[in-house]
Amino acid sequence: MSDGGWLLLAILMSSLGPGLAIFFLPERRYGLRTLLNLGGAGTKLVLVGWLLVSVLRGDEYRLVLPLVPGIDFVLAADALSLLFATLSAVLWFVTTVYAIGYLEGSPRRSRFFGFFSLCVSATVGIALSGNLITLLIFYELLTLATWPLVVHRGTPAALRAGRLYLAYTLTSGLVLFTAIVWLTLLAGAESFVPGGYLGDLATTHETTLKVLFVMLMIGFGVKAALVPLHSWLPIAMVAPAPVSALLHAVAVVKAGAFGIVRVVNDVYGAEVAIELGLAAGLVVIAAITILYGSIQALRTDDLKQRLAFSTVSQVSYIVLGVALAGPLGVIGGLVHLVHQGITKITLFFCAGNFAETLGIHKISELDGVGRRMPLTMLAFTLGALGMIGLPPLAGFVTKWHLGLGALEAQFHWVLAVLVASSLLNAAYFLPPVIRGWLGERRTPWHEHMVEHSGPTRFETHWMLLVPTLFVAALSLLGGLLAGMSLSPLDWVTLIVERDYSIPGFAP
Amino acid sequence: MSETPAAMLPLAISGLVALSLALAILATIWPRQAHRIGGYGAVLMAAAVVTLSALFLAAGPEPENAATRVALGGWEAPLGVMLHLDGLSMTLLVLTGVVGLATSLYSLGYVHDPIERRQFWPLWLWLWAGLNMLLLSGDAFNLYISLEVVSLSAVALVAFTGTAAAVSGAMRYLLINILGSLSFLMGVVLLFGEHGVLDLVLLEARTEIGPTERMAAVLMTAGLMLKAALFPLHVWLAPAHGSAPAPVSAVLSGLVVTGSFYLILRLWMGPFAPLATPAFGILVGLLGVAALIWGSAQALRSGRLKSIVAYSTVAQFGYLLIAFPLMLVDSGAWKVVVFFAVVHALAKASVFLAAGTLQHAAGHDRLADMGAVLRARGRTVFALGLAGVSLMGLPFTGGFIAKYLLLEAGLSTILAGSLIGVLWVIAIAGGGLLAAGYVLRMVAPAFHRGPQNPGEAVSPWMDWVPLGLAVVAAAAGFAGTLTLHTLTLTPGAP
Repeated sequence: MSDGGWLLLAILMSSLGPGLAIFFLPERRYGLRTLLNLGGAGTKLVLVGWLLVSVLRGDEYRLVLPLVPGIDFVLAADALSLLFATLSAVLWFVTTVYAIGYLEGSPRRSRFFGFFSLCVSATVGIALSGNLITLLIFYELLTLATWPLVVHRGTPAALRAGRLYLAYTLTSGLVLFTAIVWLTLLAGAESFVPGGYLGDLATTHETTLKVLFVMLMIGFGVKAALVPLHSWLPIAMVAPAPVSALLHAVAVVKAGAFGIVRVVNDVYGAEVAIELGLAAGLVVIAAITILYGSIQALRTDDLKQRLAFSTVSQVSYIVLGVALAGPLGVIGGLVHLVHQGITKITLFFCAGNFAETLGIHKISELDGVGRRMPLTMLAFTLGALGMIGLPPLAGFVTKWHLGLGALEAQFHWVLAVLVASSLLNAAYFLPPVIRGWLGERRTPWHEHMVEHSGPTRFETHWMLLVPTLFVAALSLLGGLLAGMSLSPLDWVTLIVERDYSIPGFAP
Repeated sequence: MSETPAAMLPLAISGLVALSLALAILATIWPRQAHRIGGYGAVLMAAAVVTLSALFLAAGPEPENAATRVALGGWEAPLGVMLHLDGLSMTLLVLTGVVGLATSLYSLGYVHDPIERRQFWPLWLWLWAGLNMLLLSGDAFNLYISLEVVSLSAVALVAFTGTAAAVSGAMRYLLINILGSLSFLMGVVLLFGEHGVLDLVLLEARTEIGPTERMAAVLMTAGLMLKAALFPLHVWLAPAHGSAPAPVSAVLSGLVVTGSFYLILRLWMGPFAPLATPAFGILVGLLGVAALIWGSAQALRSGRLKSIVAYSTVAQFGYLLIAFPLMLVDSGAWKVVVFFAVVHALAKASVFLAAGTLQHAAGHDRLADMGAVLRARGRTVFALGLAGVSLMGLPFTGGFIAKYLLLEAGLSTILAGSLIGVLWVIAIAGGGLLAAGYVLRMVAPAFHRGPQNPGEAVSPWMDWVPLGLAVVAAAAGFAGTLTLHTLTLTPGAP
């Protein structure tokens, strides 16, 4: 075991251990389960914080275990992995609190939280993977751990969504698997390197590399919901709200996007990707996905479904930024990894609050909800405006850099896509906000939560409200404090400085 | 201890053979205590195998002369009975030890009727002893004898519940086995007539390609393919499983068919190696693809839990056939195949044991009516799912590493210029998807909404052993390096 590898292993175990223990807990052990959940999430937060500080100080962390000769299991912490690891650690903690409140009194919580923890372990494993094979292992583990969450409610619709989810993810997983084995045969089982490790292969095996790139993009693109591989995502929103939040903001779609980032930046490298014309192709796909997702979102009245299509659209900002393959574009894409995460999780928490408290599932039912649940509505508004990209909210920082990145990479038409997308975002996010604040309520509310847990002093259960307000505040701060050190933007700039070897580079 | 590990190895080999025979004989003459003999004996046997493998690895042999050969009773080849231990047999002995121990512990809970116990344990211990003999035999005649011991005890075990379905399943299995054995024996006789020796190493040294060798190869391979339920000679497998008790199914699908496959591999890597041509390899590979598709299709259609698992064996053994053309391109690929067979056996035994627990709790194995039991027995379903993940070849399991290596071998054939390699790669990758389909069918009812009912109580052994074995199957993903290293210690093999 290499130096410091134990810390990476501890981060992995901090959710894996409690997760496995929870499986064997009887249903009624509410207190112990909550302790394990929060204990694991809290431990991980502390450990990731430690890692963050150490890496910033310049320490190297790496763990190498040989699986079979020639294939190593590698965990490593670089700036990019920490970006994703921190995001998942923070949002996992919040989502755990939310999920405990959300699922109170419902059956099968041990199973739920067991797989929930496995899911987060897989996510942090993806973040810390040091090579493609390790990434694949955690990526497939994530597929397996998510399925039980998607079908958790056990209804025919949930099971159908689960089948569709598996059909998409397992098939794409096999394509990915084949591509990775092939690439490993060709280029060796290398670790991720900024700028890629393919070297001379780009000239000798041009066609093969193009085919492999397409295969890799199919593999990661399904989870990242690139059109036309996205159909599973809007259907998977039958899952409970905390799962949707996790799926859309932290785990599944992000894992796909993160995989694409790794392939473009650290396997192929920007130079090779541009040289082979692969980056341009990816820009086109991302642009199509951005517009398509927004248009679909506009067409649906179901709140969660609208959020789901919005995810399809927004996650492609990340892909777009990376595909632009210049420093500014990459900054825009990577910072959106964080910004989309905190903003989208806010919106899903709000949707969950509306559904659990008042039984609201449709946008047309939102009229006047701002007076009944002002704090949730405030959070929703912040999230919605952030997604639209209004300054000074988080989404604006993203779009600003993406726009600059497009100009830098000579993709002028991308600006038009960004403008059109922002208008569409406004078109589908403003109506629920306007209805919520200004709409007139005619029929009485169905007070779900009040029936379950008795009247509360807050507008909904505090375990649902506090996490929502917390992430809403994050998405506000992400934009307001973007200029501070250690803000997502600052961290991403650091990554890009290292990747593109431009010391002191300032956008 | 002044003895070196290498010097103690022959003693340990004889000791293992003696122990397994002693247990079988003791249980036969003392049936009232058979379950105790079996229970403690299984732990002892597992310990003996661990000791043996520790000695084998500690001896640190070179690949060329890694085989330890022991002449029983001091009679050297070509006349005497030779025991033969190398990396290949060592690996499968360990597999047999692990699955054997798990099955024995499971059976302590599963077979509780006093009369059934007296029949079950002696037969099972004979089967285990036969497997150990099979893996340690160095000559064709001994192989035949141990193969018969294995087959006959397996047949008796399939029949032992005595129900009409069990007896008819067993009869079919018996006929197939006799046919297979006779075919194998005729091949042995042909070889003996031509060369006057039975020892595999000596045979390998003498074989030139003539019509007799070809004939012997065809007869022996066909006989073994019947016994290994390799497509298209697999028709007996599912009916035999349908009626067999769970531990018997686990051993049948996990160890017995693997034993026959081991023999095929041994023969084709040894005496018959010069007979293998690319066309032959491709033909076998195509059979494998057909097995994969057909077996999976049956598993996807079947409504009974155990027959889904049984057809999954037919499908998974397709990979072993696909491996033949891969071996012709990369001769080292046989190690990958053995590793695959090992992790398959672990996972398959676990799935069968878990299915047995569920069947016992529900009183039947009709999948459509098992929902309530599946929902209430999360631990067993978890075992089923975890072992199922290994069958699908997804991480972190042994199945993943095996699939990785197979895929690598398949892609290497493409890179080596063989276009048909594309077919192998598609089959290897796509087979996992089919496996996912039938594993999901077994697990999904547990996630449906509906009543929960734990059904009939099961013993703690039946509750925990399937999970334990599933964990072992998954953990085999971390044993890849060690297994492949052990396998390189096989002389004569690339």
